[in-house]
Amino acid sequence: MTTETKIPFDQQYVRSFSSGRGEPDWLLQLRLQALAKAEELPLPKPDKTKIDNWNFTQFANHVVESAPFASLDELPEAVKALIEAGEGTKNLYVQRDHTPAYLSLSEELKAKGVIFTDIFTAAREHGDLLQKYLLKDGVKFDEHRLTALHAALFNGGVFVYVPKGVEVDVPLQAVYIQESDDIALFNHVIVVAEDNSRIAYVENYISAKGVSKAVVNIVAEVFANTNARVFFAAVDNLAKGVTTYVNRRGIAGRDGRIEWALGLMNDGDTVSENITRLIGDGSFGDTKTVVVGRGEQVQNFTTSVVHYGKHTEGYILKHGVVRDSATSIFNGIGKIEHGASKSNAQQESRVLMLSEKARGDANPILLIDEDDVMAGHAASVGRVDPTQLYYLMSRGIPRREAERLIIHGFLAPVVEAIPIESVKKQLIEVIERKVQS
Amino acid sequence: MAVLTIKDLHVSVEGKEILKGVNLEVKGGEIHAIMGPNGTGKSTLSSAIMGHPKYEVTRGSITLDGQNVLEMEVDERARAGLFLAMQYPSEISGVTNADFLRAAINARLGEGNEISLMKFIRKLDEKMEFLEMNPDMAHRYLNEGFSGGEKKRNEILQLMMLEPKIAILDEIDSGLDIDALKIVSKGINEMRSSEFGCLIITHYQRLLNYITPDYVHVMMQGRIVKSGGPELAQRLEAEGYDWIKKELGIEDETVEQEA
Ligand SMILES: Nc1ncnc2c1ncn2[C@@H]1O[C@H](COP(=O)(O)OP(=O)(O)OP(=O)(O)O)[C@@H](O)[C@H]1O
Ligand SMILES: [Mg+2]
Repeated sequence: MTTETKIPFDQQYVRSFSSGRGEPDWLLQLRLQALAKAEELPLPKPDKTKIDNWNFTQFANHVVESAPFASLDELPEAVKALIEAGEGTKNLYVQRDHTPAYLSLSEELKAKGVIFTDIFTAAREHGDLLQKYLLKDGVKFDEHRLTALHAALFNGGVFVYVPKGVEVDVPLQAVYIQESDDIALFNHVIVVAEDNSRIAYVENYISAKGVSKAVVNIVAEVFANTNARVFFAAVDNLAKGVTTYVNRRGIAGRDGRIEWALGLMNDGDTVSENITRLIGDGSFGDTKTVVVGRGEQVQNFTTSVVHYGKHTEGYILKHGVVRDSATSIFNGIGKIEHGASKSNAQQESRVLMLSEKARGDANPILLIDEDDVMAGHAASVGRVDPTQLYYLMSRGIPRREAERLIIHGFLAPVVEAIPIESVKKQLIEVIERKVQS
Repeated sequence: MAVLTIKDLHVSVEGKEILKGVNLEVKGGEIHAIMGPNGTGKSTLSSAIMGHPKYEVTRGSITLDGQNVLEMEVDERARAGLFLAMQYPSEISGVTNADFLRAAINARLGEGNEISLMKFIRKLDEKMEFLEMNPDMAHRYLNEGFSGGEKKRNEILQLMMLEPKIAILDEIDSGLDIDALKIVSKGINEMRSSEFGCLIITHYQRLLNYITPDYVHVMMQGRIVKSGGPELAQRLEAEGYDWIKKELGIEDETVEQEA
């Protein structure tokens, strides 16, 4: 099979798309620049997974128009299940394909200067602020073909901004629904926590149908400025037939903290990249990822924490379950740059194989360019531990149930970290479905 | 009344014969103690009774109330009424003690007869208080990061929650401080009834001061070489094993030696 690489949308299209959304000129220029690069730049090269034949570039529709939801009652059941009634509806964004369909932000947070809005409104109303962060110090538009394509064509997403010193103690929630076939969703999320602020953001990606055909290209850029704290949780649950590239990037300033809890539960082929850059002295990054691969799906998960500042701490935890004939590759990279003295890079990657044909690979890598540091890693690929099984069964628990408990326990680090009960519950259900059916 | 009957039991691990003909009967209402030097097959006996996959029974029989235990899966043995407090309990990350215990109780009760959450919590609170356990332990992951003594206490908590017919306690006293030893003994004594039989594997008389056994057996070379009453344990505590070895003409008590 040869894959068409020509981008199906041209300059003229991008111009009219951008002006249709009332975008500032700087953004149009960024898009055009990126479009020009999109064809010449190569695809990214996730270690140990060949993606040349994956379809990231061909799709019929760049934008579909959907009706907004007039009230919460109109939300699909699958979305309602993710939202806590009452308080949980106060700070909520729901997107149908490319349409911002529901948005609420509490008066209290508005009064404190918190911004929580769709990316297009952000471009129109907070252009200067957006320009400061969009595709600059986080993800660069010209890293490879997929970031360029993303920059040229991003057609959804949110902007979260927390001003200096503001501590938000309720999570902001976003739900992105992929409803239509033959579309591409280029979703861009930016979370900015200014000095001494604090925020938790929780996102869900879901497909309306069990099987679909779509291209999803997600970029999230997270900034924890001086002494700020960001907690970022995501549950990706896109359908079989959806090819996904997702790039979540964090930048921590001095004493900044970024914590990730990622439940990567897509049923389609997926390349996920999660990099946290600890720029400022004393910054902290903790990234927890759990995944389940099933069916024939091929997935590649790269997690990296890069230490630039002194006294920085980075923790990577990745737990993956692989069954059927699925393939999951786990690349974990702890990198300590020269000068990042007294830093600590730790990682743990574990893969649980549930069938003969499943393929799992854990590749922990430490790259250290500084003497005065601490670093460590643990990695394992194996089956459910027979001694643990025996212990549980010796209490009367049947084998299947015992295995189920062990698997859920194995994936608990992310489940437990999710700050919204209903999202946690949904993740448990998704795990249950993916592991058992 | 429950009866666990072990006849001429031979057990191998990885092709090596460890147990070489064990005979033992434990009835409801009875407390048996098994003592014996290190490496003589005590844990092997308990693992074989519970059905650990590594231990292969090559000869003999184990029955519980006439039912053939050797034909049962590990979980079926437990549901039939057997319980083993393990010398080295497993740690299971991500599974809370409470969730695990509820799954175990419900497995016994069967689908449709599950214990109500209220009733479960009441029972758990009661037993944990009895064992002077910190209530947090219910919500911690199963045995993960538990101290040696906490693990042992947690085994007794499971015993009290699951109420088996016959329990085997493999070195439940090792690693316990004096207070914990008293509490664990209190838990076991609390279980004592005509419906409950117990096989206690221990190295020390200390535990037997709190739980008076009806029978004491000595294991050497993969067999029970001597049985008696509580006074046997006292003599072992005072004199060690040499006199038995001399009496029976045993030079090497380990399983390496052919009987
Ligand atoms: N899984 C196993 N693999 C290999 N050898 C084993 C295994 N289990 C037991 N053995 C061997 O069988 C013998 C008896 O071991 P067992 O654990 O039953 O002794 P024990 O009487 O319980 O000793 P202790 O008092 O030290 O607990 C030992 O030599 C031991 O090394
Ligand atoms: Mg032993």
